[in-house]
Amino acid sequence: MTHSRRDFLKEAVGTTLTSVVPLSAFTLLSTEEAKAALADLKIRYAFLVDTNKCVGCGLCVKACKTENEIPYDAPVTRTWIERYVITKDGKTHIDSPMAGRDGFTDRKMHDEEIDPADIAKAFFVPKGCNHCENPPCVQVCPVGATYQTKEGVVLVDRKWCMGCAYCVMACPFGVRFIHPVHKVVDKCTMCYHRTTKGLPTACVANCPFGARQLANLKDPDDPVTKIITTQRVAVLKDLYGTKPHIFYLGLDLNVR
Amino acid sequence: MKWHVLNPLWVAIGAIGLVLLARQFMVPDDFGVHGRNFTYGYHRLSNIQEWKDFPVKYQGRDYCTDCHAENVQEISGSAHAIIQCENCHGPGVNHPGSVQSLTIDTSRGLCLRCHADLAYPNTNRGTMPSVVDKTHRRRRECINCHDPHNPRGV
Repeated sequence: MTHSRRDFLKEAVGTTLTSVVPLSAFTLLSTEEAKAALADLKIRYAFLVDTNKCVGCGLCVKACKTENEIPYDAPVTRTWIERYVITKDGKTHIDSPMAGRDGFTDRKMHDEEIDPADIAKAFFVPKGCNHCENPPCVQVCPVGATYQTKEGVVLVDRKWCMGCAYCVMACPFGVRFIHPVHKVVDKCTMCYHRTTKGLPTACVANCPFGARQLANLKDPDDPVTKIITTQRVAVLKDLYGTKPHIFYLGLDLNVR
Repeated sequence: MKWHVLNPLWVAIGAIGLVLLARQFMVPDDFGVHGRNFTYGYHRLSNIQEWKDFPVKYQGRDYCTDCHAENVQEISGSAHAIIQCENCHGPGVNHPGSVQSLTIDTSRGLCLRCHADLAYPNTNRGTMPSVVDKTHRRRRECINCHDPHNPRGV
């Protein structure tokens, strides 16, 4: 062996460096490409839900189903409202008849009559896709049929999805389902066809009480963004680390 | 190498080759990494346009105002000003193209969405003007007595 220790070390370090820093890492962007990449950063949508304002009328669910052609009487929906009634004995009653599509018109919950005198607190929580920053549903798709757009919206490619429902299992919020007509996975698109035309989502546009609002987090002058950044908001299932983007005002600790 | 090892190896290599060949024809040109990275942005690019082309159904109050300014004016002064026209009159898509396209919901159930008495303390629902469905004029429609565009006057 004529190899000295010095040569060996030199070669080892050199080889390692050249293999971990491939030339492709240094892609040069043209001016147009750089501008396009920066322009894409101007929009990041999020929802703000004020549970203090919601009265459980269900007009958002009705509007969502109509706008997005979700079969009206099928037990599937992109958004839903949960009713929480906490009685003075500490019990939590939760229901969501027909996902809250027809509102909440009966005091009965799961055929159980609750005496109004026993109620400590009661409220409604609208739920739906959180359009997470790190969506686990997208990570698990084996065919690349679901993805996150540059606005942060998570979409499903109806032509590419094969309906394996792996993402339905992966979503911690249970927002995905198999569309009864198209037989592929369906979920909230944040009304992509409306928001890209400058319109609010169907649920936001049809909420009479302003309980649902749409924010562009990349715009610091957006009034809804100001609420999210300056007031005390909470998200659901924070510990999953998915960074959900439905921000709630007045979220109760009984809400799961 | 002995033949009993080599033969299955050729089969395996052939199978991989077939898959790669089929992939060339079956995967569309715009399929690839388009978003943040491979984990979140591996998809068919033209699907974004397909979702953008989805038809809009709810047009919003401004669209109604173009022709029905008096009706919009009437409801704007009432307690029902916060309710969108299309929540009762139906989504305005294809209207006025087809005269019959709007089905107005005048049902009791629509009013009860907000006005059924649930007696929930400390909520907007609890302070809403409300009726107990089972005892309040059970067999009549709300609109027989109440004007939905001006609900305070009975």
